[in-house]
Amino acid sequence: MSTTAPHSLADVTASDGTLRRFLHGLPGVDAVGLEARAASLGTRSIKTTAKAYAIDLAISMVDLTTLEGADTPGKVRALGAKAVRPDPTDRTAPATAAVCVYPDMVAVAKEAVAGSGVKVASVATAFPAGRAALGVKLADVRDAVAAGADEIDMVIDRGAFLAGRYLKVHDEIVAVKEACGTSARLKVIFETGELSTYDNIRRASWLGMLAGADFIKTSTGKVAVNATPANTLLMLEAVRDFRAQTGVQVGVKPAGGIRTSKDAVKFLVLVNETAGEDWLDDHWFRFGASSLLNDLLMQRQKLATGRYSGPDYVTVD
Amino acid sequence: MASAFEYAPAPESRSVVDIAPSYGLFIDGEFAEAAGGQVFKSVSPSTEEVLSEVARAGAEDVDRAVRAARAAFGKWSALPGAERAKYLFRIARIVQERSRELAVLETLDNGKPIRETRDTDLPLVAAHFFYYAGWADKLDHAGFGPHPKPLGVAGQVIPWNFPLLMLAWKVAPALATGNTVVLKPAETTPLSALFFADVCRQAGLPRGVVNILPGYGDAGAALVAHPDVDKVAFTGSTAVGKEIARTVAGTRKKLTLELGGKGANIVFDDAPVDQAVEGIVDGIFFNQGQVCCAGSRLLVQESVHDEVLDALKRRLSTLRLGDPLDKNTDIGAINSAEQLARITALADQGEAEGAERWSPACELPSSGYWFAPTLFTGVTQAHTIARDEIFGPVLSVLTFRTPDEAVAKANNTPYGLSAGIWTEKGSRILAVASRLRAGVVWSNTFNKFDPTSPFGGYKESGFGREGGRHGLEAYLDVR
Repeated sequence: MSTTAPHSLADVTASDGTLRRFLHGLPGVDAVGLEARAASLGTRSIKTTAKAYAIDLAISMVDLTTLEGADTPGKVRALGAKAVRPDPTDRTAPATAAVCVYPDMVAVAKEAVAGSGVKVASVATAFPAGRAALGVKLADVRDAVAAGADEIDMVIDRGAFLAGRYLKVHDEIVAVKEACGTSARLKVIFETGELSTYDNIRRASWLGMLAGADFIKTSTGKVAVNATPANTLLMLEAVRDFRAQTGVQVGVKPAGGIRTSKDAVKFLVLVNETAGEDWLDDHWFRFGASSLLNDLLMQRQKLATGRYSGPDYVTVD
Repeated sequence: MASAFEYAPAPESRSVVDIAPSYGLFIDGEFAEAAGGQVFKSVSPSTEEVLSEVARAGAEDVDRAVRAARAAFGKWSALPGAERAKYLFRIARIVQERSRELAVLETLDNGKPIRETRDTDLPLVAAHFFYYAGWADKLDHAGFGPHPKPLGVAGQVIPWNFPLLMLAWKVAPALATGNTVVLKPAETTPLSALFFADVCRQAGLPRGVVNILPGYGDAGAALVAHPDVDKVAFTGSTAVGKEIARTVAGTRKKLTLELGGKGANIVFDDAPVDQAVEGIVDGIFFNQGQVCCAGSRLLVQESVHDEVLDALKRRLSTLRLGDPLDKNTDIGAINSAEQLARITALADQGEAEGAERWSPACELPSSGYWFAPTLFTGVTQAHTIARDEIFGPVLSVLTFRTPDEAVAKANNTPYGLSAGIWTEKGSRILAVASRLRAGVVWSNTFNKFDPTSPFGGYKESGFGREGGRHGLEAYLDVR
């Protein structure tokens, strides 16, 4: 992918000016065309074996999440149990990828999923607003990592981004990445609903990847517009292009608003036909969704038994 | 867990359409055999299966149909516009109600993917009838004088690439303005027009207002030459269009021609690349490239040539070719063995003349008429594949350096039907579009159709406009 940046990618972050020129030199996004493409991929008809494969894949990609002020150790333990064994009636159902909790619950979650391979992710950096001093954010991250978090979900400073202070956003991500050390992977949340334009989302994606994000993630799930097929398609194009240019593969996580199996399958079609099968794996693609899991499980039961069950045949945790 | 996401087949059910073993001509509200007793077979291009046997119209049948249309003209044209509108609205609604049946039928008979007949063709067919129904009682205010009059009997000859849509483009404005119709569908795709005859009966359309004559070129020629035809409308090849123009010259008949094209799709270096790639794909692989306004010449600015081509090749590798009735199929079958031979010959000539040929890894079904999506790079204006209309899934890629050069190359063709411009700069869109000699110029999109938008050509792409308010003019006496 060509850009107007005069230097190699390493020099892009030399100053606010070079970074700005690079990000604004990325090809534009035509909103109508982007949304039309996302809609047309949404008409793929996924049946029988392909559907069974997609549902299991989607379950294995879920970051089972509880992010409430009212979270308690009991709630987190219940969530952990569900992540490890989502369907108590059918042990062939795969485990979810991770449980996602606030930093103070990491230790509890870690214990709940111990030995299962399920990861513990934590939303550090003054989630969801991100309105705190860098020192506070970094302390938040270090706390979570020290408690054993395998993954850190950070929010970017949308205020700085919208004000055009890209280098500040970049440096903050770099600092958080450093605080993650070698033990935790970093997911960078853009809050796409607040970035508002597709051009901004593409710029944020590249900014996040240049700063060392392991994952780029749409949103916190706490605002009106969260993950959409179009913004996820755009981010998939970004990781695909970034790998083509740098050789570095970055994961993608749409979060918020994905509630049905049908929607989840549509997102997997986007992955399959945009970034490709290298991303069809829980190491490179995740769903940030809590209510999605039960619908996936009900669809899975339907495929296995030929009958629809109902909400009482899946757990409420 | 499988290693990749293989989509299981998702075929649309054939049982929604009931194809009779044989069909007659539709004249004066009845199905009838051809006077000469001749028949021909309609085959499914994706399987070569014979779908039905269809009566083949000859000169005598044309005469019968024109007389029926003439007899119906008096009453039909005398109806208040609002009355004619009722019939058109009824037809539009019946088309909507039967759209799944008609989409499956069209896919079987034409070979195009169900995704396109379902999502593009049928919605547009209904939209055209709805749109022109709305005009039927407003003709006095359409800008063609206080009381524009219908012309009389319209002889219409349509092609095989969009059988039902081209029928709608022609029949809807003709009926809205008070004309009666004799329509000849193409010999490879007569079935949806015959189903449309049934739709007309279902709508209670008076006898003789619409007559349908499946047949070959001889029937078309007889229709065009018939002395009692007042208006000729043709969509098809430039060669046949020229022949028709000669036939009609010196008569009182009004004529519109929608002929071939060699559309330029111009990608500037500041284009939204991912969306431009989608537009290039839509431009040339929609309906297997069998589109007169296809963007068959990609003009890409040299500075982004490699980037755009890499992205395009990657994208082509995800196109799904195969059973047109599968809802996941992007590329269906070529309409006929004859058309496949023409595409093959022109592609071979491109290679022989030194252009570089590329296709994605793509398995073609063993029966039926298939051609893999194909790109030619290193094409110049001097190559045959940059000048001749291929009418297939073959894209010629040329380069340019400046907007002036892009415009010069885009216009350097005997045709002038369509063009596309891809740039993020609004002022450039306006500046370039105003200099392109093409009937339709799309910006940051391609192959979008709407009944409100006039469509037609410059130069050897024909004359007259279909669609929109302009489309009424071709069927009205606007002296």
